[in-house]
Amino acid sequence: MTIYTFDGSLNGLLSAVFAAFERKEQPEQLLTSGDPLPLFADLVFSVTTDEQKALRVWTGLEKRLPREAMRLISVSWLSEQRQLNTPLFLFICKVFRLGDISRNFADPDVLAVTNMARRVFHEQLRMKQFARFQKAKDGTYLAVIAPDNDVLPLIIDHFQDRFNDQPWLIYDAHRHYGYYYDGSADASRITFEDEKSVPFNLSDGRLNDDVLSSDDHILQDLWRTYFKAICIRERLNPRRQHGEMPPRYWRYMTEKQG
Amino acid sequence: MLTEQTLDKLRILAESAKYDVSCSSSGTVRRGSKGMLGNTVGGVGICHSFADDGRCISLLKVMLTNYCMYDCAYCINRRSNDIRRATLSVSELVEITIEFYRRNYIEGLFLSSGVVRNPDYTMERLVAIVRDLRLVHGFNGYIHLKSIPGASQELLAEAGRYADRMSVNIEIPREESLKLLAPEKDHQSVFRPMALIQQGVLENKEDRRRFRHAPRFVPAGQSTQMIVGASRETDRDILGMSSLLYAQPTLRRVYYSGYISVNTYDSRLPVLKQPPLVRENRLYQADWLLRFYQFRVDEIVDEQHANLDLDIDPKLAWALRHPEFFPVDINTADFESLIRVPGLGVKSAWLIVNSRRFNRLTSFDLKKMGVVMKKAMYFITCHELTSSFSQPVPGVNEMHPERVRRLLVSKAEQKRAAEELQLSFDFDNPAPSTDDK
Repeated sequence: MTIYTFDGSLNGLLSAVFAAFERKEQPEQLLTSGDPLPLFADLVFSVTTDEQKALRVWTGLEKRLPREAMRLISVSWLSEQRQLNTPLFLFICKVFRLGDISRNFADPDVLAVTNMARRVFHEQLRMKQFARFQKAKDGTYLAVIAPDNDVLPLIIDHFQDRFNDQPWLIYDAHRHYGYYYDGSADASRITFEDEKSVPFNLSDGRLNDDVLSSDDHILQDLWRTYFKAICIRERLNPRRQHGEMPPRYWRYMTEKQG
Repeated sequence: MLTEQTLDKLRILAESAKYDVSCSSSGTVRRGSKGMLGNTVGGVGICHSFADDGRCISLLKVMLTNYCMYDCAYCINRRSNDIRRATLSVSELVEITIEFYRRNYIEGLFLSSGVVRNPDYTMERLVAIVRDLRLVHGFNGYIHLKSIPGASQELLAEAGRYADRMSVNIEIPREESLKLLAPEKDHQSVFRPMALIQQGVLENKEDRRRFRHAPRFVPAGQSTQMIVGASRETDRDILGMSSLLYAQPTLRRVYYSGYISVNTYDSRLPVLKQPPLVRENRLYQADWLLRFYQFRVDEIVDEQHANLDLDIDPKLAWALRHPEFFPVDINTADFESLIRVPGLGVKSAWLIVNSRRFNRLTSFDLKKMGVVMKKAMYFITCHELTSSFSQPVPGVNEMHPERVRRLLVSKAEQKRAAEELQLSFDFDNPAPSTDDK
């Protein structure tokens, strides 16, 4: 069995595709270097990431695939899941051999990549639904999220379009970066040098009391009151609630904070 | 300024508004613009939260006031009810909406109201609020406005310029039942505003063809709601009404609301221990068949089957009544036939239609794609190898439909449906009136 290893970046994966065609072989698996090798690995080749080669593969893909399939690939990559590496690698190899197979869902690799992209897409919608902002004294709105996939880049456009007259910061507590929008120019990616000194709690997303704007307490209370009042007690259905709004997101959500 | 008092009012008015089930924020795409707050995303809209009853919270659903001059039997806000009443001021409501929106709690506002003094007076105040939101505060989010039956044409025309969607609730599909439960209302008062709104939308369409920048009028169309289980309508009456409404160009959505006994003292109403949730669910499924699966209403319910089968979904029920339509060949059938197979939805059918261009599909492929085979396997043929060792699943035609039905009805579902049947009310022998003590 032939196995390639790469550095875990998208460019590395594309370089691996390049290497496979250069060496005229079809590896069965693509692993990140450091992963435990499977039994019977008789040939292991370590791919060197080369941006030039990666770019050639990417432009080649763009010629062979429709735009939505390209988007599918980039979106699925945001899942940061290791188990995506091999299917995505094989999928891209197949595109160069067979042409546009992006809609052959009977193919296990196409299916794996599609399903992964669908999962990421689903979660970016959830972040649009469940991100909750608080207003700071200086007028900036803050939302802390902790999604399973790296979906923050996918939701920035939406929030920039929606809240274009208010400065905001959306911060990913898992991945330790955020996007800040100052109310005029495009949102930009930021990180904090010293995350311990930020004026909000990373575990529940709450702003510290001394920076929280004065009317935010009453508004949060209003929202919690509304959330309780709108429920029809004769129809309680926690199963459906948990399915539509998974409890793992609750700790950043105002209506579920006491 | 928001105070503790506002908190109290919001609680009362949300409780009064919650029995209106509509909450979707769909049907219109409007990008944000500089200096305005918000946008609408179209598609299926965005649900921002889910209450403990599992229903989505997309819009701030609230009443301006729950004082009402009408006395409709099924309504919690009827004037003879002794409940707490409140009225939100315009500035309070506007502030709550905008501040909630800025915190990403809601997608917009769903405003309705009890009728005070007269319909025009009430409608005028509703219009004042949405006008304020749009013109003074630059609010660009979603607005769903309830139109008050009997309000004047001018007010409706103005409301339509600010609202994304407007609705008038039919509540009871047959007029004689409506007259019984709500003597002050009739169908005329519901259908007239509907027709006026539709006329406005169609005229607006014509205008926009000529002037590209003419302001849009109720771009997300209308919706309405019917109460299920408060009167003696059959599902055939209800779905018949829905399909008539869907034939109208601007009606986008009919909601069904399982009746919850809010006014238990009224002897005109059935006494239900729990709302008819299974029946409501089946009605929604039938509604989906009408809207997305190209079923006609007489295929779903007819004279022999005036009520939907509570044990099985309406598509399966149709399939069992029409075994001659099956089996459907996964590899050759067109999209319209595929979506008629029980268990196959629009999404599965789309996956199948795309994949079969590359290779013939087997049931193994279908399972891998995530197609649920539990029901579908009796109604399809795939590209299977058959030998003496592996027999294909016998289809609905090899077995009797009745046997397929028994295989598919789960014990739990049967029990749930049976409970609901037991609790339903016998309309022909109403319970003795409680008024004459």
